[in-house]
Amino acid sequence: MQDFIEFFSFTDANIRYVTLGSVLLAASSAVVGCFTLLRKRALVGDAVAHAVLPGVCLAFILSGTKNPFILLIGAFVTGWLSLVVIDYITSRSRIKEDTAIGLVLSVFFGIGILLLTAIQQTGNAAQSGLDKFLFGSAASLIGEDLIAFGVVAVLLLVAVVLFFKELTLLCFDQAYARTIGFPVRGLELLLTTLTVFAVVVGIQAVGVVLMAAMLITPAAAARFWTENLKVMLVLAALIGAFSGIAGAFVSYTAPSMPTGPWIVLIVSMIAILSFALAPGRGWVARILRQRRNKTRILEENLLKLLYQLGELRQDYGSARSLEELLERRNIPKSEALGGLQKLKRQGYLQKDDGRWLLTPEGEKRGRRVVRLHRLWELYLTQYLNLASDHVHEDAETIEHIITPELEQRLIEELNYPDLDPHSARIP
Amino acid sequence: MNAFWIILTGSLVATCCSLLGCFLILRRMAMVGDAISHAVLPGIVIAFMLTGSRDTIPMLIGAGLLGVLTTFLIEFFHRYARVQADAAIGVTFTWLFAIGIILISVFAGQVDLDQDCVLYGEIAYVPLDLIITKGGLSMGPRTVWMLALVTLLIGAFIVLGYKELFLTTFDPAFAAAIGISTTLWYYLLMGAVSLTTVASFESVGAILVVAFLVAPPATSYLLTDDFKNMLGISVLLGIIASFAGYYLAVWLDGSIAGAIATVTGIEFLLAFLFSPTHGKLRRQKRVQMVGH
Repeated sequence: MQDFIEFFSFTDANIRYVTLGSVLLAASSAVVGCFTLLRKRALVGDAVAHAVLPGVCLAFILSGTKNPFILLIGAFVTGWLSLVVIDYITSRSRIKEDTAIGLVLSVFFGIGILLLTAIQQTGNAAQSGLDKFLFGSAASLIGEDLIAFGVVAVLLLVAVVLFFKELTLLCFDQAYARTIGFPVRGLELLLTTLTVFAVVVGIQAVGVVLMAAMLITPAAAARFWTENLKVMLVLAALIGAFSGIAGAFVSYTAPSMPTGPWIVLIVSMIAILSFALAPGRGWVARILRQRRNKTRILEENLLKLLYQLGELRQDYGSARSLEELLERRNIPKSEALGGLQKLKRQGYLQKDDGRWLLTPEGEKRGRRVVRLHRLWELYLTQYLNLASDHVHEDAETIEHIITPELEQRLIEELNYPDLDPHSARIP
Repeated sequence: MNAFWIILTGSLVATCCSLLGCFLILRRMAMVGDAISHAVLPGIVIAFMLTGSRDTIPMLIGAGLLGVLTTFLIEFFHRYARVQADAAIGVTFTWLFAIGIILISVFAGQVDLDQDCVLYGEIAYVPLDLIITKGGLSMGPRTVWMLALVTLLIGAFIVLGYKELFLTTFDPAFAAAIGISTTLWYYLLMGAVSLTTVASFESVGAILVVAFLVAPPATSYLLTDDFKNMLGISVLLGIIASFAGYYLAVWLDGSIAGAIATVTGIEFLLAFLFSPTHGKLRRQKRVQMVGH
């Protein structure tokens, strides 16, 4: 608890740097990541992250100094080059994109490692610390790094705000963007540049391999909570920022713990929980929805059966046995029994001596399903000119879906019909 | 003699990886290979902690399990949680890799593993770890024997399962129709990739595994239209890269794994420009000829 207070009072300058740096980095790369994710190019971030290494080494070899800005320029150049090469290979040969990404990633990184080890062998004392680009060192962030992070983060956010409309269009409808005269090629370059910026800065905190997570994971998590791009961007930034703080806190309480991997671990857990539990798109929500739909369809089918039996015998008032129902329609017995009991609890059925009887509400609901079925059959035969023996299957599914408004439209469209194509009365 | 053992190690890894890589890139799963090669890290660390040694067998088992788990997680996220395919790969492998690094830091005192080694290996140390018989006779490096065994296994897997692998790669629908389980062969292939990754990890590191999985198959994909030729050419390219890479590394006094990866990239560049069938220059010439 004391650690907690000490950490969140931010009195220690070092804590301030590390936390602020992590938050800036995580939030800004999350925002850029949303766009690459929506363009279905999430993994190019991984390639850029690996391709940065040879640039850093080359910049060091050429300049002989570890001036962060010179190294960043080198990193930027090769990172950018890697994306251009991926695009070039995919568009000019039969190599597919995933192969091109894997190829560029491993070859650029291999060159980087070769250069890095060669530099280390020269015994040049100035080289120590170059390998922080490999694994990152968020815990040793200093004020100078923070300024660089801050500048880049602000630049990225400003660019995203300024070009929000253009980038959105690029992600969702590139063909349309081109048609209305947007400079699509230029926008692609802009997004590429933003991605490379985010990677080049972030890599110093979390390292080559984990940089991909900073781009992909918050965006993938945010995608599960909303259908609105603006909300998604804000959410991704918040998820990123939260993980940044949490990661910094963990490595503060346990100094041997690396900050970067903890940030990634936390953001991954948030993402996995989102995949599972997010309302609407999440895994659990979808399973529940499927189950709910299934029971509703079962219930409506049972009510329909009872109503049809009443219609057949011209007698809605007497009870039917389960066997009579199953004779007309093949439903697993236990499932049917469960459905009937549930309908009884809901007040649609009465049980009378082991037999089932529709209540007025049940009769109304059953009648509606039958009506929708027949209306749809009629609609298909009249408007789509389907043969009357081809329309039953389709009506079987749509009868559970049609809304009251649609029902009204159908009735008007068909001019208040009496009979369906099989000459059965539409109730 | 050291040069011989190092090049042999590289060539063995190249053989396994290039063979499997041909199937991967045709299935558009190159990045899954990349993901597995990173995600086996926690498996290796856990096996290491449990046994307290660098014994090969527990490591192979631990990492192999993690490799299959990775594939399973990617499939699960993609199919059941409907995460977009590339994001599912990205989330899974970075997550597992982060866990691996955290485990290494937690047990830093007890585990003689470091992160650099995971990424780019220590192929130069291969000749140092020799198997010496009781009579004092050197039987060659331990790694080479293990890799030779793995290469034999992978070779046997591909020869025996050639028809199934071929069909599930090129025409999954037909394969399913004649009763070949695409899921089974998918997981077998991924199991083989994990096995190769782990066996190679100590000597060459994740990055060279990815380079061998992707670059030689992609290069030979530009050189031939026949799948059997593609397998053969990529193995050959991998072995050439091991040779050339070793001498490049000696010349520059740098990492051998890095140098070999560089050479595979150069091979690809050459094929991309000069391939008789799919090369860039050749195509341009053809376009000009049609123009005249």
